[in-house]
Amino acid sequence: MIAELGQVFLSLALILSLVLATVPLYGAHQNKPELMRMAHTLVIGHFVFALAAYLALTAAFLNHDFTVAYVATNSNLLLPWFYRVSAVWGGHEGSLLLWILMLAGWMVLVSVFSKNLPRAFVARVLSVMGMIAVGFLLFTLLTSNPFDRLLPGPLDGQDLNPLLQDPGMIFHPPLLYMGYVGFAVAFGFAIAGLLGGRVESQWVKWSRPWTLMAWAFLTVGIALGSWWAYYELGWGGWWFWDPVENASFIPWLIGTALIHSQAVTEKRGAFPAWTVLLAIAAFSMSLLGTFLVRSGVLTSVHAFANDPERGMFILGFMVVVTGGALLLYALRAPRIMTGKGFDFMSKETMLLLNNVFFAVSAAMVLLGTLYPLVIDLMGWGQISVGPPYFGAMFILLMTPVVMLMPLGPFSRWGQDNLWRVMFPMLATLAGALLAALVIVAWLDAWSWRAVTGWMGGLWLIAGSAHFLFDRHRSSRFGVPRHQLGMALAHAGVGVFVIGVAMVESATYERDVRLEPGQTVEVAGLAFTLDEVVSVKGPNWIAEEARFSVRRDGALIEKMTPQKRRYHQSGQTMTQVALRPGLFQDLYVAMGEQMDEQTNAWSMRIHIKPFIRWIWGGALMLAIGATLAASDKRYRLARKQQAAAVDVNAAPSRP
Amino acid sequence: MTPRRRKRLTMIVVLVVGIGTAAAIAISALQENMLYFIAPSDVQAQPLPADRNFRLGGLVEAGSIERDADSLHVQFVVTDGVHQVPVTYAGILPDLFREGQGVIAQGRLDESGVFHAREVLARHDETYMPPEVAAALERSGAPHGVVE
Repeated sequence: MIAELGQVFLSLALILSLVLATVPLYGAHQNKPELMRMAHTLVIGHFVFALAAYLALTAAFLNHDFTVAYVATNSNLLLPWFYRVSAVWGGHEGSLLLWILMLAGWMVLVSVFSKNLPRAFVARVLSVMGMIAVGFLLFTLLTSNPFDRLLPGPLDGQDLNPLLQDPGMIFHPPLLYMGYVGFAVAFGFAIAGLLGGRVESQWVKWSRPWTLMAWAFLTVGIALGSWWAYYELGWGGWWFWDPVENASFIPWLIGTALIHSQAVTEKRGAFPAWTVLLAIAAFSMSLLGTFLVRSGVLTSVHAFANDPERGMFILGFMVVVTGGALLLYALRAPRIMTGKGFDFMSKETMLLLNNVFFAVSAAMVLLGTLYPLVIDLMGWGQISVGPPYFGAMFILLMTPVVMLMPLGPFSRWGQDNLWRVMFPMLATLAGALLAALVIVAWLDAWSWRAVTGWMGGLWLIAGSAHFLFDRHRSSRFGVPRHQLGMALAHAGVGVFVIGVAMVESATYERDVRLEPGQTVEVAGLAFTLDEVVSVKGPNWIAEEARFSVRRDGALIEKMTPQKRRYHQSGQTMTQVALRPGLFQDLYVAMGEQMDEQTNAWSMRIHIKPFIRWIWGGALMLAIGATLAASDKRYRLARKQQAAAVDVNAAPSRP
Repeated sequence: MTPRRRKRLTMIVVLVVGIGTAAAIAISALQENMLYFIAPSDVQAQPLPADRNFRLGGLVEAGSIERDADSLHVQFVVTDGVHQVPVTYAGILPDLFREGQGVIAQGRLDESGVFHAREVLARHDETYMPPEVAAALERSGAPHGVVE
């Protein structure tokens, strides 16, 4: 019963989104306020029905309704309640439902927080987002209905993929989707701007906080995925350049370019067309990411689904969205090419360089991800592109970014002088380089990667600190939030760079065969395997290795990695034992039983220095972006500009 | 040419050269890091360079896994149902590495025809077969049939 209700709710949401996609747009075109005003009501209704459908599926999970096919494949009687709630997005169909719900949520937020913007503009934004909602609702109802029945239902379900039975996986997809879908807002603003024919600095200003928030969510989502892979997959890596990871990283890279180009377009009116193009690209890449992950075209750890029909639908949808947007762009962009000129050495150039490097990085990741698919499609054989390609390219492309980043905020709009920017920074630079050498010497981690990593990282952190200090001294009202956020984010990149450099250059890894009673020494720590015992969980049994870790004979930690076997699916899972620390993680994972008599096991023992800095840096990026988005300049400016625009909005339309 | 135009032209030239260089480097890096997928039959069919990495895929032949008594060295045979390639590996095998199951080994082939794996990947759940392996088995008409 509840499944049928869910189906009805989804269909109602589809009807509302169809109306939303057309009527307010028509109203904006014909300048009919009563039609434009409908957008708000429609958005609320659409959200209510999407939420109801989502809750219906959640209820089916909580009630163990195995007559719903999706529940039967992703849950079972032994699954704890919180994993049943998160299992809603554990598979393809449910994650689409989550996507739809989030899109509906973003639309409500846009509608609520845009009261001060010109009505026609908001109507267009919401209509464009409504079109996207139509696409996803159709996709769900036609190819991936989560409410499909399975009659007669099985007595017990299969299981949620054990890899997903984990707290990190509860939050990773929702945050990632918040980011993906958030770019739909930036996309909606850009398209609405094009439709209105007045793409100027205003719409960019209005869309900036939204873009920043979407980017912040995406950052946290990706970081969470990396953290999850680190402790859940049991290989000890934090990034694998796996196609699915790349699928979320490409929109992130373009989003990074977008938030910087928006700054230029808003402040100076320079390269507005490029900003529009980036907004289109960021959302298109989010769609491409969905296509890559959900169509099963990839050989990848993540590709759970394997269904060409779905892939074709998303591909078709993408062609319509991207193609339509680009067509509109081609028709309208010549009108908006009204950039102000700027000098070779200026803040504009700095931000342009950011855009070049990030756009090229995104293209490079896209190339490495799609190349094997193209080769395969052409029948030229099956290849894969190894992580060294991505690693080498990233170091090449990001080195200049790291070097220039601290200078960007100091440079002036329009025209500047490199020496004027550089001179006050010389002491900071020298201090950072010297401190890097001292720290590496103290850590005794001499290697090119560690030295350059610390130098780059400290240069970024020190540069940000210098910037804040400068601003604090020169302004009477304190540092505004958008500058505070920017400095925090740039320092976050520094923290991230240090983390990566240390993990990649100074990780200790030992894969060893151990019998109970044996000890292995890793980097001054003695890991003793005391015993291997059997333990039981709610829906699994496991072999558990019990380790004592000692430094100079003193016990510092007990570690208990597990090898779990899930009853329902029969899957085996490695449960890593971790001792996290600000400066190093101890990481122990069980391999396999080598000998039944002696109970010898293969064990993976890693010591990962500074790995928390990788995610810490990402968190700083996200907090920085959130701070910047919350700056009151966006809110104040909105009111003023909205008032100004409303005055001359009416005559501009025939 | 006005100074403004010249400035613009310089910028465009710099951009084009920069992007061109980046593209050239990207493509050469791509060529270097491309890993070809091979099946045991391909190993038989043509001589393969010993200085390149490959991804060898197939099924782990039943009864072929031999472990060292006191280290992590392991040997097994990868088959596509027609031809076999012996593989050596030192390290921890993935959770779903089993006899008769799909596997992909990444590494080099030596002159004597033994494949030295640096990395071994297995399917990650009970229902999934690496698509390359499935395709390779189909090509060789494997008697095991393709596990879907």
